[in-house]
Amino acid sequence: MEKKNFTVSIYTENNLGLLSRIAAIFLKRHINIESITASPSEVPEVMRFIIVVEVTEEQIKKIVGQIEKQIEVIKAFYHTAEEMIYQETALYKIKSSEFLDDLNVQAFIKATNARIVTVTPKFFVIEKTGKRNEVDELYETLKPYGLMQFVRSGTIAVTKNEMPITGILEKFNTTNSIS
Amino acid sequence: MEVKTASFEKTSADTSMTVSGAEAVIKCLLEEGVETIYGYPGGAIMPVYDELYKYQDKIHHVLTRHEQGATHAAQGYARVSGKVGVAMATSGPGATNLVTGIADAQIDSTPLVCITGQVGSHLLGSDAFQETDIVGISTPITKWNYQVTRAEEIPEVIAKAFYIAKSGRPGPVLVDITKDAQFASLEFNYKKCSGIRSYKANPEVDLIQIEKAAEAINSAKKPMIVFGQGVILGGAEELFKEFVEKTGIPAAWTILGLSALPTKHPLNVGMVGMHGNYGPNILTNECDVLIAIGMRFDDRVTGNLDHYAKQAKVVHLEIDPAEINKNVYADFPVLGNVKETLKALMELVKPNSHKEWHNRFKELYKTEYKKVISRNLDVNKQDLGMAEVIQEININTEGKAVIVSDVGQHQMAACRYSDFTQTRSNVTSGGLGTMGFALPAAIGAKMGAPEREVVAVIGDGGYQMTIQELGTIFQTKVPVKIVILNNGFLGMVRQWQQLFFDRRYASTEMTNPDFVTIAKGYHIEANRVTDRTQLKDAVKAMIDHDGPYFLEVKVEQEENVFPMVPTGASVSDIILE
Ligand SMILES: Cc1ncc(C[n+]2csc(CCOP(=O)(O)OP(=O)(O)O)c2C)c(N)n1
Repeated sequence: MEKKNFTVSIYTENNLGLLSRIAAIFLKRHINIESITASPSEVPEVMRFIIVVEVTEEQIKKIVGQIEKQIEVIKAFYHTAEEMIYQETALYKIKSSEFLDDLNVQAFIKATNARIVTVTPKFFVIEKTGKRNEVDELYETLKPYGLMQFVRSGTIAVTKNEMPITGILEKFNTTNSIS
Repeated sequence: MEVKTASFEKTSADTSMTVSGAEAVIKCLLEEGVETIYGYPGGAIMPVYDELYKYQDKIHHVLTRHEQGATHAAQGYARVSGKVGVAMATSGPGATNLVTGIADAQIDSTPLVCITGQVGSHLLGSDAFQETDIVGISTPITKWNYQVTRAEEIPEVIAKAFYIAKSGRPGPVLVDITKDAQFASLEFNYKKCSGIRSYKANPEVDLIQIEKAAEAINSAKKPMIVFGQGVILGGAEELFKEFVEKTGIPAAWTILGLSALPTKHPLNVGMVGMHGNYGPNILTNECDVLIAIGMRFDDRVTGNLDHYAKQAKVVHLEIDPAEINKNVYADFPVLGNVKETLKALMELVKPNSHKEWHNRFKELYKTEYKKVISRNLDVNKQDLGMAEVIQEININTEGKAVIVSDVGQHQMAACRYSDFTQTRSNVTSGGLGTMGFALPAAIGAKMGAPEREVVAVIGDGGYQMTIQELGTIFQTKVPVKIVILNNGFLGMVRQWQQLFFDRRYASTEMTNPDFVTIAKGYHIEANRVTDRTQLKDAVKAMIDHDGPYFLEVKVEQEENVFPMVPTGASVSDIILE
């Protein structure tokens, strides 16, 4: 089976040890995490992890099974790139001298919808939000100008289809009488 | 409004009282019906031990001689009684010594609650004396774990711990409690946990899946059942027996499924896997429908997966969704507690006898009997064989004993030759293969089933890994019977060296101490058998003895366990000699 990029979305209780529990599931199988983010989700007090990995579909199914098995995981989903709307953000720091001398760069930045966020006499900081490959392209373009620093965020993504977390949580509330 | 992530039962007595965190721990255990716990004291857990002293008429704390022993004893207790085993230790080395037992309980789905003391919360992260990140260490080997830093958390966390340990697919849970949380006080009000919103203990039974599975079973010409511990954990033994009898399907067991169906039941066709029986291994690759019940297709069971039951449609009854399609693809997955799924399935399956198919198992048994079993039991060979000893134990206990085995050749002999008539009778370390398991596990087993005879069968190697627990036996007078099958070798490893490493016996020969003298040093009645003629009387004397007893049996040094599926081979390439 062919390896693909999969995005795993994990809804969890806000528990301290959970990140290492989830990371261990990948580690144990020698699977490199391409990107990981954690943030509060659309549901109050529920966290959402977004993890991108390159594996086969068979592997990702088993991994999601292991993730869901963790007590504090409410639900985990996996999606292919086509099923997601996703973005990444990157920051590029470039020497001002290089930058000011070359008008091409300025034009390129405009064309790629990147943004200049800071200008100082010594350096410029450019921000780019977009698909993984767009961030990569800008990186390749700016590299010859001497990138002083480069940093990119993890992938953040929403699915085209619904992920029925609220329903799962409501079901618990109605089947377990509050005491 | 506070978000409710778990539900709790109403308390019977709604009177709360102010107690210390340490006292709360004991009160929680009492609320959960805990009578016996195993552990070892130390600095960071001293406040709890101080309370144990005050509550000693209500809760029996067994001082093992090593924390590993405490976990294995708690496992033995849980395995025979079906209750949650409890182990306790101090921080640092006390906590790390629990690790082997926790890992063993995780892989064998044994419900355990482990409570560890931790340095004061203000010291966390400072590399304080005996500070170890036991929550981090135990994360991959626990079903759940948690560090308590505030006394008020204790009742809710312990309630959750018990609920998680015993519900669904059981497993070990660890609760780490900082010393300041043990000293601080709280309003104690205990409510048992009845649900956690992010955790589904029992998947809902899907009747459509059941119908499809029943259809596959009904139309099968050569069906075979492989059952595991799920039958025991689900308390479904009676139901399972009815199912087997109604369908007439030959049933084989994994090492942890052993004793869920009586050994001598006519439809019990023996063990599958590496040292399993000939028939069920060969016929795994001939059956048309393989019905896996509460088992997880461990590699010791399946051998080479590329050649495992490829011709068969697989029906898999399983409580843990992550086990479905993990190793073997299930054509008919049936999720749920086997007690529920078997019940539903029972109504849809048709009575059958599968006589001819069953005869195939009988024929292959005859082959195995001729080539392996009759030799193992042969009383005319020079040295005593392990199987002969197990046979003698069967005779003297009438198949009613709990047999606790360690890991190695003797374990295979114990599992292959023990005669079980009751469930929860086989206690062994299956998934982890932990040498040193049996002696402490036998202590727990006897305490968990005091009315039953408990016989530990151990190799001379594994015995010395937890031999210090003789001290626990001496102190508690727990009447376990200990049989050492002494072959002077780390036998199972020696067998592999003989077969696959040209007899290069690297570090497997052992110079052993005088085991009888050691037992006597602990004032345990002890005897030694060096010759076949002494065996009968010696085993009888051991079983008849009122109190703990140690019996060393000198067995053939270089006996090998057969049949055997060599690693990497298919189960049907099982060899007999
Ligand atoms: C803690 C641990 N260490 C090492 C092993 C590897 N191992 C498996 S069986 C075995 C030999 C056991 O020897 P003994 O206890 O004498 O039993 P026998 O096989 O001779 O019956 C060893 C070393 C293990 N299973 N567990």
